[in-house]
Amino acid sequence: MALLKITGVTKRFGATAAVDNISLTVDRGALFALLGPSGCGKTTLLRIIAGFETPDSGRILIDGLDVTALPPYARPVNMMFQAYALFPHMDVAANIAFGLRQDRMDRRRIAARVEEMLALVQMSDCARRRPHELSGGQLQRVALARALAKAPKLLLLDEPLAALDRKLRAQTRVELTRIQEEVGITFLIVTHDQEEALSTASRVAVMNRGRFVQIGAPATIYERPNSRFVADFVGEVNLFDGEVTLRSDGPALAAAGFDEPIPLPKSTELPQGIAASLAVRPEKLVLSGAAPAGFAIAARVASIGYLGGGSIVHLSAGEGRALKAYLSGPAASRFDRGAAVWAQWPAEEGVVLTE
Amino acid sequence: MIGLGRLGRLALIAVPFLWLALFFLLPLVIVVKISLAESTLGIPPYKPLFASAGGFKLQATLANFALIASDDLYMRAYIGSLGNAALATLLCLLLGYPIAYAIARARGPQRQLLLFLVMLPFWTSFLIRVYSWIAILEPNGLLNGLLMKLRLISAPLPLLNNQFSVGLGLVYSYLPFMILPLYGSLSALDQNLVEAAADLGARPWRAFLGVTLPLTLPGIAAGSLLVLIPAVGEFVIPDLLGGPDTLMIGKVLWDEFFNNRDWPVAAAVAVVLVAALAVPLLAAQRLLERARGA
Repeated sequence: MALLKITGVTKRFGATAAVDNISLTVDRGALFALLGPSGCGKTTLLRIIAGFETPDSGRILIDGLDVTALPPYARPVNMMFQAYALFPHMDVAANIAFGLRQDRMDRRRIAARVEEMLALVQMSDCARRRPHELSGGQLQRVALARALAKAPKLLLLDEPLAALDRKLRAQTRVELTRIQEEVGITFLIVTHDQEEALSTASRVAVMNRGRFVQIGAPATIYERPNSRFVADFVGEVNLFDGEVTLRSDGPALAAAGFDEPIPLPKSTELPQGIAASLAVRPEKLVLSGAAPAGFAIAARVASIGYLGGGSIVHLSAGEGRALKAYLSGPAASRFDRGAAVWAQWPAEEGVVLTE
Repeated sequence: MIGLGRLGRLALIAVPFLWLALFFLLPLVIVVKISLAESTLGIPPYKPLFASAGGFKLQATLANFALIASDDLYMRAYIGSLGNAALATLLCLLLGYPIAYAIARARGPQRQLLLFLVMLPFWTSFLIRVYSWIAILEPNGLLNGLLMKLRLISAPLPLLNNQFSVGLGLVYSYLPFMILPLYGSLSALDQNLVEAAADLGARPWRAFLGVTLPLTLPGIAAGSLLVLIPAVGEFVIPDLLGGPDTLMIGKVLWDEFFNNRDWPVAAAVAVVLVAALAVPLLAAQRLLERARGA
């Protein structure tokens, strides 16, 4: 069932449309991520939903209620700000109580709710501290508790993990999904970090230039991108541009810089001569030290980046063409820098893109 | 502080320290010293504190302070000054806050223009600006002339040489000193905090009282001090715009010093004034410290 329904929302700043005729439905209880590069309009869309910006056209419905004309303080929505925006002149408890006090809730009930929220984010010991006495991770927890205190129908999170360091980010990500399941509130997360979007969200909308490019489950977005933009923006990818050529043994891509056409998945149904791109994820590539049977790209190892659980091998395939291969475990240690290798992948693992 | 040794740091701190000692503390000590001396005819018109003739003898006196305490002219002048200055400070705050708020919210070029306009009066001499109010307010001045031409009034209003004109002069002259620190505080205020308050259900007025106002207290305190302290000791405005019933301590001090040539009493008046002003100063200091601790 739809909790948030956006229809035909447009917002222009001068001549450019930050949000361009966007429609979106988010289900109740979902953890939905808006993913896109900076300046794609995702923050503007979030601010429109929160009520800080007025759309030029379109409607926003939350739980069936048209909130398009409502001011921020009247919307059943709360937001966790990117830099947290905690009130510096109030302690942690007062920050969390701020929204409840606006509703003129009974003192004892406010205190009980604040306790509950502090326990939820495991900050019960810090109720009397001021924001400037807290670490980045603690600030993030307080901001989350404050935004959840009023039990909004929809919680908006603007880059919730961007200000944390890598290790804390991973922990907090898990924590965020736990809390979301516990409170059952619909979360709408805005992020430019594809890892954050893919690992936390149940559904992801990829946004570019004020429009949605693809909406789907994280695995679909990663495995079956529908455009060059999505394939390139979400995760690492090897992209080949060329023309489709239909051969006796199946469809292939005649790409500039490659003598032999690159085989495409058998299911490809594109006419001869049409421009297309082939996207292959680095972990699909298999490297061998001797020329294997079938189609393979001859390359040299340019550099090897050790990542712990595996390595990313940068290959140069001549004429400035660069490839990336991800080898898990110690597999990359077989190759030296400058070594000649052959890269291939099962043709069915490639994704053909025409946009 | 990297690259600056112990000596360098000492030298650095010594500059403001010496400045304050030389131009603030030393004059204050001299004023206190004169306030304890006896008045006499001569140059300077007061007796030394230590009599040199007949051995070493201290001849300090509290008579000047006793005179101030006994003659209610002084007390009324102090209260009049503090009252006028407090009222002017309050009016400056009530007028200045919305102005500073609007400037802080204005876009780049507009903001520059508005700030420029706030500071524009400083390009003309303070004295000339106060004088020009006489031309505006006098019975056959600009304002009365206009009102009579518009037939809104039949006889000139008594606008000059009364409490009204003194208050107007004070507010007019000191408003920029209120606006500028308020503007500093308001423009430094993180707009996200106001949005967060609205997001949490606070209507604009409650967001203002709960977030904007407490976070701009340092600006309010600084602006209030910058208006209150000089306004209490103000001499030119009550002298030019005030009337026979205007009793302000700055004018009393001037009269003691120049007309009566009684330096010790004038000095005592000044010492009491400094002491009286130290109270609001310390209160504001506490307020600022508390706000900074937040």
